[in-house]
Amino acid sequence: MPIIKVENLVKRFGGITAVDGISFEVEEGSIFGFLGPNGAGKTTTINILCTLLAPTSGRASVDGHDCAGEPEAVRKSIGIVFQDTTLDKDLTAYENLSFHAYLYSVKRGEIKGRVDDALRFVGLYERKDDLVKKFSGGMKRRLEVGRGLIHRPKVLFLDEPTLGLDPQSRANLWEYITKLPQRHNVTIFMTTHYMEEAEVCGRIAIIDNGKIIASGSPEELKKTVGGDVIYLKTTNTERAKEEIKRLFELEAKEKDGELYITTERGDACIPELIRGLKDMVLSVRLQRPTLNDVFLKLTGKAIREEEGTDMSSIKEEVRAYRRRH
Amino acid sequence: MEFNAIYVIVAREFKKFIRERSRLVSTLARPLVWLFLVGAGLNRLVMPEGGVSYTQFMFPGILGMTILFSSIFSSISIIWDKEFGFMKEILVAPISRLSIVLGKALSGTVVSTIQAAIILLLFPLVGLKLGVAEVAGAILICAMVSFSISSFGIVLATFYDSYESFSVIMNFIVMPMFFLSGAMYPVKLLPAALRFVAKLNPLTYGVDALKHVLTPVRTGPMSPDFPIILDISVILIMSLVFVLVGARFFERKG
Repeated sequence: MPIIKVENLVKRFGGITAVDGISFEVEEGSIFGFLGPNGAGKTTTINILCTLLAPTSGRASVDGHDCAGEPEAVRKSIGIVFQDTTLDKDLTAYENLSFHAYLYSVKRGEIKGRVDDALRFVGLYERKDDLVKKFSGGMKRRLEVGRGLIHRPKVLFLDEPTLGLDPQSRANLWEYITKLPQRHNVTIFMTTHYMEEAEVCGRIAIIDNGKIIASGSPEELKKTVGGDVIYLKTTNTERAKEEIKRLFELEAKEKDGELYITTERGDACIPELIRGLKDMVLSVRLQRPTLNDVFLKLTGKAIREEEGTDMSSIKEEVRAYRRRH
Repeated sequence: MEFNAIYVIVAREFKKFIRERSRLVSTLARPLVWLFLVGAGLNRLVMPEGGVSYTQFMFPGILGMTILFSSIFSSISIIWDKEFGFMKEILVAPISRLSIVLGKALSGTVVSTIQAAIILLLFPLVGLKLGVAEVAGAILICAMVSFSISSFGIVLATFYDSYESFSVIMNFIVMPMFFLSGAMYPVKLLPAALRFVAKLNPLTYGVDALKHVLTPVRTGPMSPDFPIILDISVILIMSLVFVLVGARFFERKG
């Protein structure tokens, strides 16, 4: 059952088309990744799904409710962790979460229990009475994930959840996020421009310049750029090459004194290669395609290639447009 | 309307108000400075009238000033909330824009009324003689004025939604509102053009209603400028208009 449906969605800000006719569906209970470089239209799409922006044309619905037509029903069934923190830094962790519970009309008798549970889940129960301004970036983000779950939403939106966090906090946050679908019965819709983080997603859509250019599971997408590559160092390159051809019917090529073989299941292939080549093998290395390779192949550019000035000027224009309207 | 949401928006403001001692001290210091430094000086210059000294004449205006600054400050915090992102948390919640506006207006009402009540209790220091009924009546009026000015502040906050506009609001809206409210000088003595502006000023009617309750003089330049029924009606109608306009703008801009 798809819980999010998007059909031909378009959003223009003045002359800029931020989202250009995208369509996709998200299955209930899955982790869906929305990938793309900065300024590709990810946040605009999230804002439309969260009812903060009206689409220029097309339709978006969450849990059967139209995002433009029934915003209140949509808001009840979603939780959101925005890119920038939306906590009140002058309140404590507990107060921020109980504020949220009141806003979503959680029954008064249940508020304390739910807030405590959420704080325990994100590992901040011990710090519940500390002001949020004393928290690190990673703690704030975790607190926001916990807060997003308090009203038991059907879909949790995470917009660049790990942006600006150090590697350790990022790993830590992922631990919590990947547990969510089972533990809290919630569908995750996340955006990121860190390709390696998207590996946890069941399905991915890659967006660039407002258009979806590919979608599928991480495995499917990686297959599109070709298989795994095995690199071999041997005592006798020429003989090894012949043996590989004779034994496995595989074409080995030579590069910088190393042999490399492109194949579907590299991990399963390695033991057989070693067995067949006996003592000739000095070292083996396996390289699997990454989602970055996928992006590179599709767009001809790496996802994190900074186009800083370009993007920030577009963001600035969009912001100015929103201020005027 | 969602009462839970309105309640928690007010509770948040109240908690922060209690916690921020410096905010309380500075909002209470301003009226005291005006009352005892400016007022005391002018007291020697302006003759008492009908048994009312200038400081006593100014006292209702000082309550109005307390409410004005505190209410506008409270409503302008919407700009802060937008800047620091917290407003998004409120905007994506399943609550009506009217609830948000009412919550914010009542937040301003609570903190302003408390501060006005503290200043009001200093009445013996300016030589006023008030009974329980007058004090209670004055607090009730303060609450109504606080609500109307807070909702006016919300409308302002939806117009000026950047950080930099704060000083514009303070210098070009709040200060003139104070001077043209009848707080420092009676509206009836103003030149015609300024008198016209004063009549458009929401605060004028609040200060005037407080004069009715707090000062005994009913004739001459220091007496109230309008009938109290008119004052109260204008305050109530303005509150309604500002809340509805505020909710409307929030709907569009939020």
